[in-house]
Amino acid sequence: MRSLRLAAVLLAVFTGSLALALAQGDSRHSGYQDMGPALRKMQDDDTANPAMLFVQSGEALWSQKAGAAGKSCADCHQHATVSMKGVAARYPAVAGETGEPVDLEGRINLCRTNHQQAPALATESDELLGLSAYVALQSRGQPIAPPNDVQLAALRAKGAEIFRQRQGQLNLSCANCHDDNPGKKLAGATIPQGHPTGYPIYRLEWQALGSLKRRLRNCVVGTRAEAWPFDAAEYLALESYLMERARGMAMDAPGVRP
Amino acid sequence: MKRMLCALLLLLPGLASAQQDSMPSLTGKPGDPTRGRAIVANRSVGLCLLCHSAPIPEERFQGNLAPNLAGSGSRATPDQLRLRVVDAARLNPDTIMPPYYRVDGLTRVARNFQGKTILTAGQIEDVVAYLASLKE
Repeated sequence: MRSLRLAAVLLAVFTGSLALALAQGDSRHSGYQDMGPALRKMQDDDTANPAMLFVQSGEALWSQKAGAAGKSCADCHQHATVSMKGVAARYPAVAGETGEPVDLEGRINLCRTNHQQAPALATESDELLGLSAYVALQSRGQPIAPPNDVQLAALRAKGAEIFRQRQGQLNLSCANCHDDNPGKKLAGATIPQGHPTGYPIYRLEWQALGSLKRRLRNCVVGTRAEAWPFDAAEYLALESYLMERARGMAMDAPGVRP
Repeated sequence: MKRMLCALLLLLPGLASAQQDSMPSLTGKPGDPTRGRAIVANRSVGLCLLCHSAPIPEERFQGNLAPNLAGSGSRATPDQLRLRVVDAARLNPDTIMPPYYRVDGLTRVARNFQGKTILTAGQIEDVVAYLASLKE
């Protein structure tokens, strides 16, 4: 009951702040706009964007039969270009089967275990990142549109709390940098506003594709706080909050970031 | 009487912060500014250049989230500088400056850093000596 009320209050705050942002001119922008021309070009050019290699393998997996059920993603969802349009822009969402919130990777793995009767794909594996990237690509240019679900509102409230919680030996919150100091330089890097428009991203620092969770982990470790394990509820809460914070912004996945 | 008490209560925080504007040496020994400069320049020890810029020309990519350290010694006394490095939150609870010599009141500190301060008392004194030498 208490969390319901909190959720309602939070929803009101979000709606209010969104309306305010729109009225004042939306100053939100993707980390894409904080990059120099060379990196923007790398992201824009599908033959230069390294994430597209993962998209290709994801596309191949899409129609590959797997598990005891002998089904592929395409057997249920047909053409991803049609059925997956805008889907990544709505996650995390509540899964029909479990009634629990999941992110896109979690949703893919629910399909694996329930419908394909195949083992779940490992966190940050090439297969899971490839499928996520292929699905996310279908939302390019689509506005981020988190579902209006009470359960998600409670999760977002928790995410907002974590976002503002100072942590680690350096005693910093996400908000200290990404709400209060975006655009400034942390050593050589421009601090982005922290919108999850481009995930999974190909990060040059990683020389690899990685999920939003992996990116969040990097920041947590940077503050010298204890990193949550990859299956921790905290990430889902943060992801949900960040998607709400970026509501209406255009997806630019799969992104390239420094 | 009640009004006087209220006025006194309002004054108290001011008095407290005036008393806490500075901090005496942590070691009783003067720090070494050369060692201090090396700590400030080191991105995994002092971490200072992530947020601040400093007159250390050989280090590229310095931050601009926080005041430039050039002229620190003209703006503050060594004792004032020390408090700001040790725990700047005592002056401004909203500061983003990490507490370099405090272990309490922190949340979810990583296992390998638990119970440890960012810098040792000796390192703090070296950094203070370096900052105090930055006169404008």
